[in-house]
Amino acid sequence: MKKTAIFGALTIAGLAAGAAAAGTLDDVKARGKLNCGVTTGLVGFAAPDANGKWEGFDVAVCRAVAAAVLGDGDAVEFVPTTGKTRFTALASGEIDVLARNTTWTFSRDVDLKFNFIGVNYYDGQGFMVPKALGVSSAKDLDGATVCIQTGTTTELNLADFFRTNNINYEPVPIETNAEAQQQYLAGACDVYTTDASGLAATRATFETPGDHILLPEIISKEPLGPLVRHGDDEWGDVVAWTLYALIAAEELGVTSANVAEIGTSTNNPEIKRLLGTEGTLGEMMGVDADWAAKAIAVGGNYGEIFAKNIGEETPIGLARGLNAQWTNGGLIYAPPFR
Amino acid sequence: MTTLTDPPKGAFRPSMLLYDSRYRSLTLQAIAAIVLACCFLYLYSNLAANLRAAGLNISYDFLGNPAGYDINQTLIDYTSQSTNWRAAVVGILNTLLVAFLACVTATVFGVLAGVLRLSPNWLVRKLMAFYVEIFRNIPVLIWIIIIFTIMTAVLPAPSAFRGENASSSMLFDAVAMTNRGVYVPGPYFTRGFGAEGNGALNWLLVIAVLVGSLIATRMVTASADAKQAETGVRPKTLWLNLGIWFVPVIVVLFALGLTWDYPALQGFNFQGGLKIGGPLIALWFALSIYTGAFIAENVRAGIQAVSKGQTEAAAALGLRPRRIMGLVVLPQALRVIIPPLISQYLNITKNSSLAIAVGYADITATLGGITLNQTGRAIECVLLLMLFYLVISLLISAFMNVYNNAMKLKER
Repeated sequence: MKKTAIFGALTIAGLAAGAAAAGTLDDVKARGKLNCGVTTGLVGFAAPDANGKWEGFDVAVCRAVAAAVLGDGDAVEFVPTTGKTRFTALASGEIDVLARNTTWTFSRDVDLKFNFIGVNYYDGQGFMVPKALGVSSAKDLDGATVCIQTGTTTELNLADFFRTNNINYEPVPIETNAEAQQQYLAGACDVYTTDASGLAATRATFETPGDHILLPEIISKEPLGPLVRHGDDEWGDVVAWTLYALIAAEELGVTSANVAEIGTSTNNPEIKRLLGTEGTLGEMMGVDADWAAKAIAVGGNYGEIFAKNIGEETPIGLARGLNAQWTNGGLIYAPPFR
Repeated sequence: MTTLTDPPKGAFRPSMLLYDSRYRSLTLQAIAAIVLACCFLYLYSNLAANLRAAGLNISYDFLGNPAGYDINQTLIDYTSQSTNWRAAVVGILNTLLVAFLACVTATVFGVLAGVLRLSPNWLVRKLMAFYVEIFRNIPVLIWIIIIFTIMTAVLPAPSAFRGENASSSMLFDAVAMTNRGVYVPGPYFTRGFGAEGNGALNWLLVIAVLVGSLIATRMVTASADAKQAETGVRPKTLWLNLGIWFVPVIVVLFALGLTWDYPALQGFNFQGGLKIGGPLIALWFALSIYTGAFIAENVRAGIQAVSKGQTEAAAALGLRPRRIMGLVVLPQALRVIIPPLISQYLNITKNSSLAIAVGYADITATLGGITLNQTGRAIECVLLLMLFYLVISLLISAFMNVYNNAMKLKER
């Protein structure tokens, strides 16, 4: 009799522990801080600056979400994750959102039970080689030693690419971008492969970036985006629509400079709805009416964030390319705010 | 006349469980066991509930799916289309390889350093003390990374061997030391069995011949011992033994057509020959030299546990120092040395899981790293990993315990 009671209590405790995982939005509000998973350091996407303040393209998404939910873009706890630890960190609830240039794939979305809430950078896997090697195409890499970040989709793409082209290579699995950089520069591998944006970012930190070239082949589709746990759709909506708000803001011409007054001065109803001066979009989602305005005020709209962190004016020097607004022939597109 | 009867047995009463010292310990043990079982049950139900809440389940089906990634050091055939299970086996073999190599060299380093630490020579003694203190007081992960970093920074890249006036050249035109690994000539057979006369059967044959030689030399030694016991004169067996060791194996190797495949620079890397990868060397060396420092202390303790009178008695009989060490001190010291040595071997095997730091594809890197990541089956992979290390560690200690029982003082 007593035993049954104990087991019953245990079962209830177990179920309670399971149920506590739901309601991330309320958890974040109660905590007053957003836990955001980022890389361990990839300049332009997420890296601490000289003062230890996290900055970058992915970091901007975290700050925008924090601003939308908590009204403060600095109310973020950045949790550095490696390619290996990131999914466990998200699944276990250690972080609320993972913004770590993570590729959207079927198995991650379906089998690992995550929800990719959109794409903030359309990327593809590329190769970087020293100019002195005299290689002009990835198909000339037969027999090369390739540095690769372990636990990423690039590992599988690489195996597929070399197999399809019937050439051989020797993989050197490496845990972080910093180690890969060191190995590559020491000549312990001939080639470094990862997402083309990551290669550009890494090359920008070299002493002589001009001595290294990116090969023309892009061997995969790598749609990178933030992701949340499966099954908490309210929270997923908040993160997704914050990203869309940044994208829509660029399309509608809302910038960090004019966000404070354009909501009242404009006649465009969509801008009014976006910024909360008209309609009840924020209320529907369980956040303040001016959530989008706060999110945009932190780092600007999508275009501003891109230009500031990884754009052509920065050392990383990425062109908008596929990541231009759909109105400019790119793939960046936000559903209507209605 | 009195009849002998048993003293009256008190009927068992439940209160005796608490107040009778015969039963109390049983009660306490039973309570402890129930509490422990409840703890595990709680952990399990928590896990099961959380997994159910997340919509996940425990399944090992992924082991049969193609792994999809490549591995840089494979002792068996493996391609990216092989299964996750095969990738795990590749990792297991790599773990066993580095653990075996490191156990052997750590023992050599440890015995040398331990004996030399007791040397009458001040400089040698202090140098060995320095070695022991430096290596065992810095974590092994740091040593692995230091050695690997030094290797990649100091040794030349393969491209340095290229061209007319290359900045590096191969040792004896046979060994190339690069920052990706050391390339040495690899043996292969031209007239052997199997595919292209180069099957695994050939090596089994060579090993069989060596085992035969071992048995034969043992028999020679036994007969020499018998002769010595009988006549007092020990027949010379050195040349006979050398002959038994070398002649058959050389004949077999010649018959199979042993040839050497020299490494040569081709394209980006050296091709041909045997490649001992940089990660393997760094891990092997770091584990050996780190654990060697601990073994040195075990050896020193073992030697010092043998009473000084033994050494003095042997010296009084006219034995030279090396023979005293080999015949009198070490055999007795082994009894003290072996039990802690088992722990050191277990440490080497478990510490080899730090391989991922230098990109060595051991079981933690394949099954517990890439497979875990690509399939997301963390719990399943970690459970398998735990099982593997547990089985290997238990096997090593079982094996070493057999050796310990053979060595220990026979008490009758």
